Parts: sequence; structure tokens; C-alpha cells
Amino acid sequence: MENIDKLLEMVGLMFEGAGLTLEIFFTTLVFTLPLGLLVALIRLSKFRPLSFLMEVYIWLMRGTPLMLQLLFIYYALPIVADIRLPDFSAAIIAFVLNYAAYFAEIFRGGIQSIERGQYEAAKTLGMTYVQTMRRIVLPQVIKRVLAPVSNETITLVKDTSLVYVLAMNDLLRTARTIVQREFDMTPFLVAAVFYLVMTLVLTKVFKKLEQHYAVYDE
Amino acid sequence: MEMIKAVGIRKSFKDVEVLKGIDLTVNKGEVIAIIGTSGSGKSTFLRCLNRLEVITGGSVTIEGEQLAGEENGRVVYASEAEARRICSKMGMVFQQFNLFPHMTVMENLIEAPMIVKKMKREEILPIAENLLAKVGLSAKADSYPSQLSGGQKQRVAIARALAMSPDIMLFDEPTSALDPELTVEVLKTIRDLAKEKMTMVIVTHEMAFAREVANRVLFVDGGRVVEEGCPEEIFGNPKQERTRAFLNNML
Repeated sequence: MENIDKLLEMVGLMFEGAGLTLEIFFTTLVFTLPLGLLVALIRLSKFRPLSFLMEVYIWLMRGTPLMLQLLFIYYALPIVADIRLPDFSAAIIAFVLNYAAYFAEIFRGGIQSIERGQYEAAKTLGMTYVQTMRRIVLPQVIKRVLAPVSNETITLVKDTSLVYVLAMNDLLRTARTIVQREFDMTPFLVAAVFYLVMTLVLTKVFKKLEQHYAVYDE
Repeated sequence: MEMIKAVGIRKSFKDVEVLKGIDLTVNKGEVIAIIGTSGSGKSTFLRCLNRLEVITGGSVTIEGEQLAGEENGRVVYASEAEARRICSKMGMVFQQFNLFPHMTVMENLIEAPMIVKKMKREEILPIAENLLAKVGLSAKADSYPSQLSGGQKQRVAIARALAMSPDIMLFDEPTSALDPELTVEVLKTIRDLAKEKMTMVIVTHEMAFAREVANRVLFVDGGRVVEEGCPEEIFGNPKQERTRAFLNNML
């Protein structure tokens, strides 16, 4: 009986941890996808200074560890810029900025893979740049970037576990706390199952999207 | 009425001048065929008319409105919005069709009228259905471009351009990417447009077609118009040696 109570308590705690993990995951995704697209479009713009700025931004984000960026925003910003952020906000900002760089490169590749003829056809039909992007180019880009975007998204689920450095009780840190307290390895297994379920759901979602876009060939 | 007036069109890519001053005036209802070898500049010239290429010299006027012209030796274009409005009088058909692969045939036709002209779906739908019937593809309205043959794709591309009700149609080698047996159906569609007195400029390798459908033929070589005249003159009795050599090679 005592064991079952303990197990229930453990699973309850881990559900709370998983809740935080999912909260970080979805909040990041909601902000980072549009930001990534924006960065890609600016990076592709003909205005050199802005394009170069985006190149530098992408280099910084991809060139330093995500954990370092987390630590910087949470611990160093208060000192160098007098900006103090709560742990959740700091984590979201770090994840959004970091992932936007990766998504930007995926989107850039996708946008550049669209044939020039598509732009020309849109232009001769009188469409503006914005109309061309929104109606002709980006809908085709989505199909082409689905696989790499799904990769990044699944990586993000697992990268959320880095928030342990900010002492946030996400799924993995909760599991570790219980393991250290109870000298029982089960929480690690439970955590693994939680992550696997999350990524399985994502895999299914992306498979659905791929099927949706499979109605046309290129 | 002068639909297109192009004067002294020059175009350089980096240091290479591919157009060395081409003039063309197209009157309402005229069909102009532009012939010449690959690399002669004929496609580039066509693309200069609707600013797919930016000219480096000369002027382009469409239905009396200046798209581009020289001021103090430099080419100045109309503002982006003006240029877009002026060019919307011309529809274009490409060698590679350039249909939108993520849209059905019907969606390809109604997209620009809805997005650019802000027409309502129920306004443009009957027009688009008529156009599809005209090019003989009513049955393909819900197909995607990838499900069509090359000839069908090109006919959809023609219908798509016509859906914007242009006054002028530009054709850039419309049959060059097609198997010979498929060119027939595309040429028929263009011939029908000629009968309806559509103003057209056609860059083509189809000499027989050019001879049949054009009111005037331009032979372009080395970025210049070498010879210009009615089809009987150009094909029957070319005056220039280079025209003769080119036509002999084509036959």
C-alpha cells in the first residue's frame, strides 16, 4: 500500500514537471517560428546591413552552447545590463532566440529552393512582394521544410531539460530530485516514457501534415 | 493605338551587352513574332517589356504610359505601384509554364484576380470556367498541375494569364519545352486568340506558326533587329544574308 502511495505521489510530481516542460516547449514554439521566418526574410533581403546583422545573429546563436545562453540571460544580464528576469521568462527568451536562428536557416533554404519562375509568374500577374510571399512562395516552402522543422521541434522537446541550470523543476529535474531522495531509479524510466510519448505525438502530427501537403507534387 | 512602344532598348548583364538598341511598336490587334537563334536576345527583349528584366537604356511605353525612360542618360522606372499597374495590362506565358504547383488548375486561374483585383470568388469563377472551356480543359479544373501533360499545363498558363483580362499577351517560347505532338494544342489556343484580335508578342522557334499567325516578324540576332517585315517578306524573300542563313538552318 505504502509503495502505491509513493508511486502515485511520484507520478503526480512528474506530471507537474511534464507540465512545465510542455509549457516551455509550446511557448517557445509559438514565438520562435514567426521570429525564425522574420529572420530568414531579413537575411534574404537585399539591404546589406540588415542581412549581415542577421548573419551575425545566427552565427552567435548557433556558435555558442544553448546552456551558456541560458546562463547568460539569467545570471549575466542583471549584472551587465541591469535586466532581471524571472526564470521562466529567461528560459523562454533563450530558447526562442536560439531556435529562431536554426529555424531561420531552415526557412532560408526553403525559400531559396523555390524556382525563380514562381516569382516571375506572380509578378506578371500583378502580385506585390508580400502577396507573392504569402500566397505563392511560403505555402510551397512549408511542404519543403516540414522534415527539418520536425527534427528541430523534436530536439526542442528534449532541450527544454536544460532549464535545470536555472533550478526550474521541469520533467527531468523532478525525476532527478526524486531519484536522489528515494534512491530509486524508476523516475528516470518514467521520465523517458514521458519524453517518448511527447515526441511520438509530435511525430504523428508531422506525419499528418506531410500527408496534408502530399495532395500535390512539384 | 500603340499598345507597346519600345525605343532603343539596351540591356547589359555585367559587361556583356545582350540588347544593343531594339525598337518595336505594336498596334492594337497586331501579332508580332520574334525569331532568332538561342542567345540572340529575343527572350531578354520580351522580358524587358514587362520589367522582368531591368533595361539599361531606352524607353518602354505601354498604352501611352511610360514604364521606363531615360532621364539625363539614366533609365528611370515608374514607381513600383505605377509599374505594377502599367504591366498588369500585359499577360505572360513562359516556356516553363510556371504554374503554381500547390494550387489546383481553378485556383491557379482565380488566385490573381482575387488577390490583386480583389474580385469576389463568385465574380471570377464563371469567367475562369469560360476560359478553361476555351482552352479545352474544363474537366481538369480540380487537378493539380503535376497531373497534367506539358501541353495542358501551357494551356492552363494561358488561361491563367487571360483571367486577369490583359490587353496584351507576351509569349516566351511557349512550345519549346513541349513534345512535338503537344505543341499543336498550344498553337491552336494561341491561334484562337489571334482570331479574337488579341494583341500579342510571341518569341518562338515555330517558323511555320510564326508565318501563319503573325502580322509582322522580327528577326533578332546579336542583340539587334536584323530584319523586320510581314511574314511573306521575311520567310519568302529575306533581304539580309543572316536572315537567309538562319532560315535555311531552321528548315
